[in-house]
Amino acid sequence: MSLTTTMTDDVQIVKVNAERIDAAMAIQFKEDMRTETESGPSRVILDLSEVQFIDSSGLGAIVAAMKQLGGSRKLDLAGLTPMVEKVFRLTRMDTVFDLYGSLSEATAPANANS
Amino acid sequence: MVKTFACSFTATNLDARQGIQSVVSKLRSLGVPGARVDEVQIALTEAVNNVVEHAYEGSPPGDVRIRGELFPERLWISIQDAGSPFPKGELPEGKPADVSGPADSLPEGGFGWFLIRELASQVQYERSEGNNNLSLCFEIQVTSPSANS
Repeated sequence: MSLTTTMTDDVQIVKVNAERIDAAMAIQFKEDMRTETESGPSRVILDLSEVQFIDSSGLGAIVAAMKQLGGSRKLDLAGLTPMVEKVFRLTRMDTVFDLYGSLSEATAPANANS
Repeated sequence: MVKTFACSFTATNLDARQGIQSVVSKLRSLGVPGARVDEVQIALTEAVNNVVEHAYEGSPPGDVRIRGELFPERLWISIQDAGSPFPKGELPEGKPADVSGPADSLPEGGFGWFLIRELASQVQYERSEGNNNLSLCFEIQVTSPSANS
């Protein structure tokens, strides 16, 4: 799979260029996230707007990616498609992450320090 | 009238992805609404992931056979494999994962059976002749005229 990073002064945006984060790619995703976010700003936004399907393996990999950041950095999620949002809502993971409808909402000034 | 379909694939993650996607296309072509297809896809994927990860664990991956029966108001999907039975012959309870703790103790798995039980209206399991037969039922309102004909 491929991840694309855009770095600004205070935010790292990681875009997932894949339609699925499923069991076939969860481990790869977790490793790629580790590489992408090895160092960087304290806030990372994961852009999920291309992702049409996620299963519990993919969900677990996103949780793992968040843990890899450590306590002083934060992972926010943006651009969740309805299906992806449903999985987060059902598993109550929507209470763990800050979810934004789009990348522009996530990076809007009012939210920059949220 | 009842529309039936079937597919089978080897129990690997990549073959499973392809098999699940073929079921999803079939459901869409039969007029099952998109949001419902998403829910079926989630539950089916979790069930198939379990076969790949647990039923055939420690042995060469065998076959997974999927059969669908679409009635006017419900869909039954059955998943059959020839792997190990469920522990004690019983399906997992599927408790919701505890996400209330600190970040570093959050669960990275164990969501599968919760999702299946949350999304399917009925779940049946039978072990017979060395096969696991799991059937999931979903209430469906078919929208396309082709599925009502």
